[in-house]
Amino acid sequence: MMIDLSVDLGFLKLRNPVLAASGTFGYGLEFAPFIDFDKIGGIVVKGLYFGPREGNPPPRLVETTGGLINAIGLQGVGVEKFSEEVLPKLRELDTAVIVNICGASDEEYIQVIEYLDRQEGVDAYELNISCPNVEKNGFCPALDPDTTGALVKQAKAAGRRPIIAKLSPNVTNIVEIARAAEDGGADGISLINTLLAMAVDVETRRPKLANIFGGLSGPAIKPIALRMTYQVATAVNIPVIGMGGIMTAADAIEFLIVGAKAVQVGTANFIDPASTMRIAGEMKDFCERKGIKKITELIGTIKI
Amino acid sequence: MQWDSRAKIIFKQNWNDYHLFRIETPKIAVEARPGQFLMVRVSDTPYPLLRRPISIHSRERNALEIFFQVAGQGTALLSRKKEGETLDIIGPLGKEFIPDWEHLGIAYLIGGGRGIAPLYFLGKELKKLGAKVHVLYGGKTLADLPVKEKFKKAGLGMTCSTDDGSFGFHGFVTDLLENEIQKTTPQILFICGPNSMMKKAAELAAAHKIPARISLESMMGCGFGACWGCVKRIKKSDNGKWRKICEDGPVFWAEEIIWEEAE
Repeated sequence: MMIDLSVDLGFLKLRNPVLAASGTFGYGLEFAPFIDFDKIGGIVVKGLYFGPREGNPPPRLVETTGGLINAIGLQGVGVEKFSEEVLPKLRELDTAVIVNICGASDEEYIQVIEYLDRQEGVDAYELNISCPNVEKNGFCPALDPDTTGALVKQAKAAGRRPIIAKLSPNVTNIVEIARAAEDGGADGISLINTLLAMAVDVETRRPKLANIFGGLSGPAIKPIALRMTYQVATAVNIPVIGMGGIMTAADAIEFLIVGAKAVQVGTANFIDPASTMRIAGEMKDFCERKGIKKITELIGTIKI
Repeated sequence: MQWDSRAKIIFKQNWNDYHLFRIETPKIAVEARPGQFLMVRVSDTPYPLLRRPISIHSRERNALEIFFQVAGQGTALLSRKKEGETLDIIGPLGKEFIPDWEHLGIAYLIGGGRGIAPLYFLGKELKKLGAKVHVLYGGKTLADLPVKEKFKKAGLGMTCSTDDGSFGFHGFVTDLLENEIQKTTPQILFICGPNSMMKKAAELAAAHKIPARISLESMMGCGFGACWGCVKRIKKSDNGKWRKICEDGPVFWAEEIIWEEAE
């Protein structure tokens, strides 16, 4: 049976709904030994500030039950080096390339977009307004509907490419923030970023992360991510990309059923570097078993 | 770098908390260099979630040996794997121990506790390159020196130390190193062990102007450069940026390391 795994986000057509999540996939090429890029929907490259960024002091990682808390702090090479050294190689890959955009200020987000707008080989921008590791106490624009809406609007006006707003789960009302992003002109929404978290060493009574707080990812957060994806997908009219703890195709399909048009696979890449490709393959097997011809038949079909 | 999801454990041996596995993995074995490591999956479930970085202890034809100490949940699970079972491993990863020198001369290898692991492979390869190898192997007590005999069998000179005097030199392996440096002048040191021991050994190396290669340990998210989780601040290179232990290390020159921040 021919199974059509392709999905259309409106602003971007994907071979299949599986994307590699920003921050867990380096700049993409790190995974060349492990996957065939033409077997996944696309990649979201690690968050880029305008200049290089040092990130947080170590320890930056702590493993928790079914999860991983990270406080990398968006260490990275900056947009110029990325454009010169990485992007030409990404252009040769037969897969969608989404660049995750960061900024210490509204102006910096715009600077990054303006720079990347002059480069070829980028399909969309994912606006990282939700990293919990760069400001004290985990502050980020995605915690507030007004700052979210205003930043999305500026970003949309600054560039020629579609804007995906990546939302934070560390809010009281995710729907309100999602609507603000939609009203600001976002072409799509991706969620969730990591959950603000901490871990303590009982021997020393010190936090296990130098940054004290970090962002929790991995299978432990999947139920929360799924709930938020469902809430947002039913509230907005732009495509939603779901993520949070996806390890298997069944996990990914849950997100599609609650209304996500595509998914991102993150932490799983560290354990099984071929996760994205494997999950896309397993999705096909699932469709075969269920007699589903097009993966889109599953989207938003939750029976309540 | 290769990925072998079906690497078979063909032999295992243990001494209390210390374990040695011989793993059949031809593709990884042929590429492996001393100082490099493997990322080993310890569970099929997400508990624990991450792979564990384990250094390569030896190459035996198309197999690799790992020698590790149970240090937590992950290594405890790994230790319970049985002969005949398969492991999912990625490797070889990281930079190797041996510098690109014409003549290595007299090389001293200093290992503390489980830090001895990569030094066996290193010793054998150095010997092949014509170096005169001497190993200093230290532990808290005799039980922490389980692999001492194999070095001798491989024709590598070895002196042992124990903190409690239960075997060999009574004192720290770094005291032993200090004595040795008085007697002979090594051209190079290779050091792996607890941070306090490596720091002291690095100070001795600096005081006697002997180049030293040091293998740092770190928790890792991926092991192949994608997560940026295993960084330490390393001097000289790139004006002191955080460097990835997995990719830029785990082996560094001693003078590159900022010890206050190496914890």
